[in-house]
Amino acid sequence: MTPLSSWGRLGSHAHRQIFLNDRYAIGSMIRSHQPGIAFGHGRSYGDVCLNPGGTVWKTRGLDRFISFDPVRGLLACEAGVLLRDIHGLVVSQGWMLPVTPGTQLVTVGGAIANDVHGKNHHRYGSFGDHVLKLRLLRTDGEIIDCGPDQRSEWFGATLGGLGLTGLVTEATIQLRKIEGAWLQSETIPYKSLEHFFELAAASEEDWEHTVSWIDCMDRGQGRGLFMRANHIKSAFDEPKNRQRKMPFSPPVSLINGLSLRPLNWSYYHLHRLKAKKAQVHYKPFFYPLDHVLEWNRLYGPKGFYQYQSVVPLEYGRDSIRAMLQAIARSGEGSFLAVLKTFGDRRSTGLLSFPGPGVTLALDFPNRNDRTHRLLERLDAVVRDQGGRIYPAKDARMPRDLFESGYPKLNEFLNYRDAGISSALSRRLMGS
Amino acid sequence: MNAKKRIVIIGATSGIAEACARLWVQDQAVDLTLVGRDALKTEAVAADLRVRSQASTVTVMAVDFLAEDKIKETVDLLCLKQPVDIVLIAHGTLPDQFAAQKDSALCKQTLEINAISPVLFAEVFVGHMEKANHGTLGIIGSVAGDRGRKSNYIYGAAKGLVARYAQGLQHRLASSNVKVVLIKPGPTDTPMTASLKFQGLKVAPLEEVAKKIVKAMSAGQAEAYVPWKWKIIMRVIQHLPSFIFARLNI
Ligand SMILES: Cc1cc2nc3c(=O)[nH]c(=O)nc-3n(C[C@H](O)[C@H](O)[C@H](O)COP(=O)(O)OP(=O)(O)OC[C@H]3O[C@@H](n4cnc5c(N)ncnc54)[C@H](O)[C@@H]3O)c2cc1C
Ligand SMILES: NC(=O)c1ccc[n+]([C@@H]2O[C@H](COP(=O)([O-])OP(=O)(O)OC[C@H]3O[C@@H](n4cnc5c(N)ncnc54)[C@H](OP(=O)(O)O)[C@@H]3O)[C@@H](O)[C@H]2O)c1
Repeated sequence: MTPLSSWGRLGSHAHRQIFLNDRYAIGSMIRSHQPGIAFGHGRSYGDVCLNPGGTVWKTRGLDRFISFDPVRGLLACEAGVLLRDIHGLVVSQGWMLPVTPGTQLVTVGGAIANDVHGKNHHRYGSFGDHVLKLRLLRTDGEIIDCGPDQRSEWFGATLGGLGLTGLVTEATIQLRKIEGAWLQSETIPYKSLEHFFELAAASEEDWEHTVSWIDCMDRGQGRGLFMRANHIKSAFDEPKNRQRKMPFSPPVSLINGLSLRPLNWSYYHLHRLKAKKAQVHYKPFFYPLDHVLEWNRLYGPKGFYQYQSVVPLEYGRDSIRAMLQAIARSGEGSFLAVLKTFGDRRSTGLLSFPGPGVTLALDFPNRNDRTHRLLERLDAVVRDQGGRIYPAKDARMPRDLFESGYPKLNEFLNYRDAGISSALSRRLMGS
Repeated sequence: MNAKKRIVIIGATSGIAEACARLWVQDQAVDLTLVGRDALKTEAVAADLRVRSQASTVTVMAVDFLAEDKIKETVDLLCLKQPVDIVLIAHGTLPDQFAAQKDSALCKQTLEINAISPVLFAEVFVGHMEKANHGTLGIIGSVAGDRGRKSNYIYGAAKGLVARYAQGLQHRLASSNVKVVLIKPGPTDTPMTASLKFQGLKVAPLEEVAKKIVKAMSAGQAEAYVPWKWKIIMRVIQHLPSFIFARLNI
């Protein structure tokens, strides 16, 4: 047993870690070490990839490409390959993953199990929309090859299936064409939520990527920076990227009421003064924190909570305002607050998170009861508006909110693998 | 005409070998032969390398690693057409020491796979290389071969044999262009150490170790500790007086 934590570093509990490496030996490995749960690169914030006191199957050793067709942009690989390594291979050949999250240091298996989304949901949907085929290995040894037109019920259960339907061993992904590694971006400050929604609506048509950063310390007014970008014909070369590691865990959280306000303020003004248009390489644009390895240590030894919700667009403004006000009142602050609209499309996965609406992602240093009280106030807003919370980032949502947010849960349960259990599944599904 | 560098890896499914292979194909298009005991598993490694370098040629051969006649046949075949530039002999197995003490079959297998098998391969390769007066042979020993320790002396003894063998080859080939590189990794993050990581063993990142091996081989270095700090650590361990050494739990 060795200690293991997820990205939020909320706790470090003993796990029996089973390292998968040989694709032909996975079946016997997981059969003889169950129940367990797959652990990809541990970039989920909460307990979706954890199983304290039990077994995790670590998939990073399954990192082989299987085939790549550079004419059609079809890539097949094992499930432990990092999205970064896929880009390392295909970008210079004019291809890219259509959908990636805010870090490319996640595995293909993790991207499937959380059916992750990026900044271009309105154009490209979620990660699962581009998976043509996947191989699912059940703990009883059954192999299920599935895809949108092949045993699609298993496919739908496994996309966003939180690792609970079996172990994904390999997948085939349809890439999208690009004409260069750079994007043309625009940054526009906004002063109110009204302004944000106008910008979002006006940008959907002509901009592939939209996202915004919002200032949570501003008494809920809703000022922030709206960013939008398109891929352009450009060079394929890379700016030199230096990876920095947090050299140590600071003894206290660096993100606190004192440091946060000036930080948010300066971020906003810094950008407002800067030129609004720029050409940026895809890496700093999509994955701004990837060069600061282990930035999560900034939050100190007690870790932090992420809270990402989506609420329907029609009540979006009121819900977001209510949440911002609750945060401002609590004084808990949130440095990395991201506000964005999703496109008007639902994902294939029975438990996929993305769907029509507006999504707000927040970070809070763990201050125990104080933080929990605030998160409960946010829950109340989400519950009232018929929204849901993203399990990839959750370590504490109440079960009723999970059930109301994911109406296909009962259907999903039919596809669970009896040899798989995680801290999250026990917390939210009872087993 | 084929100007691609010819590389052969024995035990190509090993974590360390696979990481080295990725670096070699990333560097330039090569003509690579992967030799393993299991065709299917070795083919998975080959497919990955073909994706990473479409201009490289990657071939797979499966052979019984203890059958001297099959080994000779395989190596002769590989060296027949043209000389090979680089050979890496990487296979090995690390048993639980206590189990190997109790179980004679396991003890024998440990000695065979870690010591006899690499020698059988190397000897045939070196014969061809000497004739061509060309090539670099890397053979993976271990820091465990530097001084017998109670925690792994059966494995360590086999690795010690490999070290003595490599030394002999270097003596034999001193006036030729053939280079023999003895690689001594410290604990490295591969399947071999997966179960030891639980016991708090610190392991070096695989890619870092592979980079150093590839570099040492291209420099034709006689001996390479990877990471380098192990050279100092092992020097100290080797020179500890036995009354102190006896009290150490290593
Ligand atoms: C800086 C940062 C930014 C992020 N931005 C976004 C974002 O913009 N959008 C977004 O959607 N997410 C985002 N995330 C969350 C992240 O994309 C997801 O949590 C992702 O699933 C992590 O993948 P992982 O490989 O680390 O998997 P883990 O976190 O290790 O595991 C995640 C889930 O996948 C399952 N799993 C892993 N491998 C397999 C497999 N082979 N078979 C079956 N199940 C498997 C696990 O059991 C678990 O349920 C972000 C995370 C960080 C740290
Ligand atoms: N990892 C370390 O910490 C470390 C430290 C010092 C030295 N080394 C040495 O480095 C080399 C590579 O090790 P690694 O860490 O990369 O180990 P690994 O990933 O466990 O690979 C072991 C390799 O040896 C092969 N092998 C094992 N038993 C065999 C047999 N009976 N017949 C044929 N092949 C057999 C395996 O083949 P299959 O894939 O078919 O099983 C595999 O290719 C070994 O010589 C090892 O002793 C490793």
